[in-house]
Amino acid sequence: MKTRTPASRRTIRHRLAADFGLLVVAATFVLPLAWVVLSSVDPQANLTVKLPDGVTLDNFDAVLTPEITFTPLLNSLLLCGGGTALTVVCAALAAYPLSRFRSRLNRPFLLTILFATSLPITAIMVPVYALFVQVNLIDTLQGTIFFFAASQLPFAIWLMKNFMDGVPKELEEAAWTDGASSLQSLMRVVLPLMGPGVAVVTVFSFVMMWGNFFVPFMLLLTPEQMPAAVSINEFFGNRGTVVYGQLAAFSVTYSTPVILLYVGVARRLGGGFALGGAVKG
Amino acid sequence: MKGQTRATSGPVPHPALRTATRVLPLTPATVLLLLFLAGPIAYCAYIAFTDLQLTGQAEDSFIGFENFRTAFGDEAFLNAVWLTLVFTVVSALLGQNTLGLALAALMQRASKPVRTLVGGIVVTAWVLPEVVAGFLLYAFFRREGTLNAVLDWLHLPTQNWLYTLPILAVSFANVWRGTAFSMLVYSAALNEIPKEITEAAEVDGAGGWRRMWHITLPMIRRSIGTNLMLITLQTLSVFGLIWVMTRGGPGGKSQTLPLFMYEEAFQKSMIGYGTAVALLLLVVGSLFSAVYLRLLRTEV
Repeated sequence: MKTRTPASRRTIRHRLAADFGLLVVAATFVLPLAWVVLSSVDPQANLTVKLPDGVTLDNFDAVLTPEITFTPLLNSLLLCGGGTALTVVCAALAAYPLSRFRSRLNRPFLLTILFATSLPITAIMVPVYALFVQVNLIDTLQGTIFFFAASQLPFAIWLMKNFMDGVPKELEEAAWTDGASSLQSLMRVVLPLMGPGVAVVTVFSFVMMWGNFFVPFMLLLTPEQMPAAVSINEFFGNRGTVVYGQLAAFSVTYSTPVILLYVGVARRLGGGFALGGAVKG
Repeated sequence: MKGQTRATSGPVPHPALRTATRVLPLTPATVLLLLFLAGPIAYCAYIAFTDLQLTGQAEDSFIGFENFRTAFGDEAFLNAVWLTLVFTVVSALLGQNTLGLALAALMQRASKPVRTLVGGIVVTAWVLPEVVAGFLLYAFFRREGTLNAVLDWLHLPTQNWLYTLPILAVSFANVWRGTAFSMLVYSAALNEIPKEITEAAEVDGAGGWRRMWHITLPMIRRSIGTNLMLITLQTLSVFGLIWVMTRGGPGGKSQTLPLFMYEEAFQKSMIGYGTAVALLLLVVGSLFSAVYLRLLRTEV
């Protein structure tokens, strides 16, 4: 860098051009984000991005009530926490034999899983609704949790298996010699060694469910059970004129947890989310 | 297909116990998938052929291909097919894919702070809950919104975007929200290209565009295929984003197939008909899925 050869000057010029191009794109990307952040502390928020007339926490004060924020967020936590727990446990169990034992059923199972990974789940929400009405699972938390888990499972199993393949088998063989069962070696040896992998599957499942609108929108009916993804609609509907500042404050409150979770995991894995084999061509 | 699980527990040479311990961990996942994913898909394939309605009907009856015949004679359905096509081509194939590749390519050369900053902003848009993203873009495109304020400041003509060009507004929203995925896929792909190859081409005097076209793109073609497939499938099933921004309106001008399906099934109570549309969507999705499997066939 210190010696300015023509080549290095060209590199610098290229870098400046690339930086400029990226910043231009980022500027258009940042406008909607800036709007929500600025409006949330703006006493006179409207629909345009602008510097606040003064900074206030009144908007947060107004929405941080049990009815508007805490109950929907708690519902989201129950739904997504339950769904994620179920997904991660089932995926870890399923990935173990797929990763460890050679069997004729592995390939068809994995191909089916991979196929299911990319099915448009939106398309089956109407029949799922009809089915849930028939079996009395409509408007229940557990029904929604089961469906959340099932829809996230294909991808979770796929990711989990890829991470598990990275744990050398020799380490378990020692445990087997000591008489540990498969379940014990999965719990004591394999899962602890693939901690980051489990974290990725957990966070990814949780983030996907937290942001999902259509599933709870279809399967839950009682307002008291609605997660934040659906209750945000209330701001448009029944409350008369929309108070944009409050809506922005709610959006910030609702989005922050998943962004923090994502950042936490992404940083540990070095930038790009390790989406694993499912997206690597 | 998952019935295979049972098939091996029968006449296999392994001791039964060993097979059982190997199959057992697969059971919870398999049961969940069968009950809550395969079940609804099978049920979907059944009620698409009935006249099931939400209310006021004691029993549904089998009506064969009637729903599909209705669909293909229904102008609103054909309109939804067309809009889905526009939405997918504009937002996924042209928008997310190209912009994602461009961002990933620029990031290869950019300085680290800019790379981190831009990556962070683009990924935040992706991690944001669907409804919040929809709401932010709704505010952006409204008559009193940011876009018009910017255009006004530049002395360019403004208009009510959500009213005049709703399908382009929701397409742009989907680009805003989805580009991060393509960017991550392409960044990973570009990082795997050995530096020597591009450097050699540079020494030979190949310019940026020619290097991109003749060397980089052919080397990452498998990632391109995979990415196109996945973003097409994601875009086909977008619901919340459009629902929040326009509800499919005005007058069906942004009503893609998922929104059409929802309206027929619930606002008009025609579950059978709505499901027939869902089945068509699922079939198109399965075809894409199958192609995707072919692209990955060496991986499993």
